[in-house]
Order: sequence, then C-alpha cells, then structure tokens
Amino acid sequence: MTNNIVEIDNLSFGYKGRLLHKGINMVFPRGKVVAIMGGSGSGKTTLLRLIGGQIKPSKGEVRVHGDVVHKQDRDGIFKLRRKMGMLFQQGALFTDLSVYENVAFPMRELTDLPNSMIHDLVLMKLNAVGLRGAYTLMPAELSGGMARRVALARAIALDPAIMMYDEPFAGLDPISMGVICSLIRSLNDALGATSIIVSHDVKETFLIADYVYFVANGVVTAEGTPDDLMKSTLPFVHQFVHGDKDGPVPFHYPAGNYQSELMKHG
Amino acid sequence: MTNSNPLINIIKTLQGIGHRMVERIWRLGAGARLFFLTIVYSGESFKRFHLTMREIYSTGVMSLLIIIVSAFFVGMVLALQGYNTLQKYGSSEAIGVLVSLSLVRELGPVVTALLFAGRAGTAITAEIGLMKTTEQLSAMEMMAVNPIARVVAPRFWAGVISMPILAALFSMVGILGGYIVAVPLIGVDEGAFWSQMQANVDFQSDIVNGIIKSLVFGIACTMIALFEGFDAPPTAEGVSRATTRTVVISSLTVLGLDFVLTSFMLVI
Repeated sequence: MTNNIVEIDNLSFGYKGRLLHKGINMVFPRGKVVAIMGGSGSGKTTLLRLIGGQIKPSKGEVRVHGDVVHKQDRDGIFKLRRKMGMLFQQGALFTDLSVYENVAFPMRELTDLPNSMIHDLVLMKLNAVGLRGAYTLMPAELSGGMARRVALARAIALDPAIMMYDEPFAGLDPISMGVICSLIRSLNDALGATSIIVSHDVKETFLIADYVYFVANGVVTAEGTPDDLMKSTLPFVHQFVHGDKDGPVPFHYPAGNYQSELMKHG
Repeated sequence: MTNSNPLINIIKTLQGIGHRMVERIWRLGAGARLFFLTIVYSGESFKRFHLTMREIYSTGVMSLLIIIVSAFFVGMVLALQGYNTLQKYGSSEAIGVLVSLSLVRELGPVVTALLFAGRAGTAITAEIGLMKTTEQLSAMEMMAVNPIARVVAPRFWAGVISMPILAALFSMVGILGGYIVAVPLIGVDEGAFWSQMQANVDFQSDIVNGIIKSLVFGIACTMIALFEGFDAPPTAEGVSRATTRTVVISSLTVLGLDFVLTSFMLVI
C-alpha cells in the first residue's frame, strides 16, 4: 500500500481559456507537512480546491486515499471531505455563531454525538489552540490571530487525516504567526495527519515543512526539503527565498517604452 | 472606444444585446436550478425545524414593526380616500367593505411582499452574499455540509411561512386603521362598518385568494433574495449590486405576478 495520502498526477487546470496548471505532479506522504509555495496568482489555492473536489481538473487527476477525486459523485466527494480539514485564509468562521458553536458545527452536522460529548470535545479542541476561555465570544470579538486559531480548532474538530492550510500566516502579527506555526506542526504530529500548506511566507513555512514544492508559470519549478531549497541556485527559487526585488519574476508589469509614454503627454 | 465604421458599431451593439440576453436566460436557468435543489434538500429544514424557526424570527418577526406601522397608515389613508368618494354617492356606510376588500384582496399581499423584499429580502441577500465573500459557504462545503440544505432551504421555508402570516397581519391592522379613521374620527356608523364588511367579504374568493397570492409572493421574493445572494460576486460591490437587484426584481415580479394571479382568480 502506498504511503502517499494525496497524489497529484499530471494535473492541468484552466479557465477562461487560460491554463493555470500545466501537468503538475506532487505527492503528500502520510504524517508529513508539505508546503506548496509560489507567487500570488500562481494557482496555489486552486490546487487545494482541486484536492477538495470543489473544482475539476481539465486533465490528469488528484487521488485522495487512492480515490480519484473528480470521478466521485456528490456523496463520494462528501465522504472524502469528511477525512479533510481546511483552514481558510481569513478563517471563514460563521459570523452568526459563537466560538463554541463554530467548533461544534461539524460535530452537530456530521455526527450523532450527544450534547455532553460535543461539549467536552469542543473544549478539548479549543484548549489545544489555547482558546478554551474564549468559547462564549462571537467571531466579531476576536482578533485576526484568535479567529485563525478558532478556525483551526474547527478544522480539527473531527480529527481529519488530511489538513489543508490556505495562507495560514497571512496578515498576522509575529506572535500570532509563531503560535499558528507551532500549532500546525504539533497538531499534525499529534493527530498523525498529513498537512498541506499553501503559503508565500518563506521563513515560517520552512520552519515547519518537511518538503516544499515551488509552483510558477503553471509547473513545479523546484522541490525539495527546506534546507535544499535554501541552498538552491535556481534563479526563481533564489529570488523567492531571499526576496530579491528583480529576477525571473520582474518588478515591472509588462509595459511600453517609458520615455515615449512620458513624452506622449508631455 | 467607438469605431468609425458604423457597421461594426451596429454589430457590436447587437453583440452586446445578445450577450445580455444569454446572461439573463442563464440566470433564469440558474435560479430555477437553485429552486429545484432547495426543494430537493428541504428535508433537513423540517427534520431540524429549529433552523427554520430561527430564520422565521429574523425574516418574519423582525419585519413585524414595518408591516404593522405601514398597514396602519395604509388603512387610515384608504378610509380617508374611500369616504371622500363614497359620500358623494351617499354610500359612506360601505367604507368598511372598501377598506377590507382592498386590503384582503390586493394591498395586504402586495404591499407586504414589497415591504418584505425591502426589509427581509435585502437582509437575506446581503447575509448570503457576505457568507460567500468571507468563504463561509466554501468552508461549509469543505466540511461536507451542503450549503443549500443548511443555509438556503431553512431561509426559503421561513420566507414562505412568514409571508402569508405577515399579509394577514397587514390586512388586520389595516382594517383597524381604517376603522379608527372611519368610525371615531369621521363618524361612520360602527354597526354598518362591521356588518357590511361581514356580509360582503367572502372567505373563498377574497380571503383564500389573498392567502394564495401571499404564498406565491413568499416563494418568489424569498427565492429571488436567496438566488441573488448565492450568485453575488464575492466583492463589496458585488454584494451591494445583488442587494439592489433583489429589491428591483422582487418588486417587479410581485407586481407582475399580482396581475397574472388576479386575472386567473377573477376568471375562475
């Protein structure tokens, strides 16, 4: 039996005539934290949506536990999604429900657990992210970092085998970033899950990832352990990892001759 | 940018009209599909009726104030205007019939639906549009929870249940407003006011038809509000446009449907 929980095989995806991914291959082994990195608009989040079966590939396939995602019917997709947890970029907490009810939501919707057990489980999940004391608050009363942690508690509510994180560090202060960073690693190890992180925050991602894929221009341009990539001489990887202003990804959006454009209205 | 060739401009205009037509037809189809799926996934709304009850509170109960106040004024104006005309023909005693029939047959269901679209419809569209913008619907889908069963269906049934009740309340309060103007203020005989109403308002052709109208308006207004929210582009501008569309489309649909339903009811 393969040790890979998720496999992306020769995947292409496009819309409105534009090909976003052109034959991508990735594997996500059991128990590992794997990161997908790349610039804005490189289709990282779309890859998560393809794994979750929210959209279908134009070519190739995504396999979760050996099942081809896009060939599943609605019930099959929902069955696969029960094994997944996802942390959205802005948390996506239900704003009309309290912190407690947000974490209890998947349990109430997908299980027949009695209220007393749901109560204990919610407090355990909130305790794991350090927010047991905030269970009565509403999402509007939480800071960005707290909201992300509550969303994390909700995502792990049913102990998923696969955790997906969409830009988990975006817009957080350094302390919250550090907290989320260590939580992702510790929860992955505690749950024995497989984590897929989509991010462009190099420092934090390299700290917790076991393996990293770089995506640019619709293909995997580089892959390896964080240490390998730090030492990489590939121009794109070097520019991305070290934050160089210019390189294969140009600073300027393609434009006409600067001087002649200035003179035109001069 | 306009082209100097008039033929190209004509073709571009026709192209634009065709594009808009196709878009309208697509939206109609998508709305019908959402309606069908809402009916299919409605089981949950009844199995867990507290979800529907919560929505009845926010759409129905929270609309009570605007419905009652509006009904009161509409009833009072009807009595004033009606008395002014009826007294010229010496039939001012028929004021009770005029007020009640106008309210039960037409104004009750129609004005309630228009107010409902403005108060509850916009709230539904904005709420669902924002849920989409903040990825709450995507989160639900990723949790293997169907947003149509969990979010759309309870709101749909809440609207369908609330509308006839609100329309009945509108008619009741309107009649009360008409009574206050006609009897204590103008001095129409109280006995004539109520007895003529009792004698001339028919349960089947007036009250039941009014209920049927408000049920149809309830389905139309709630479905339009839900679809607009569900279909809104996930941006601030998208949600704001969708909210405006809810009011415009609901109002026109209610007025159009009212004409169609009234025609059928008068023929049958």
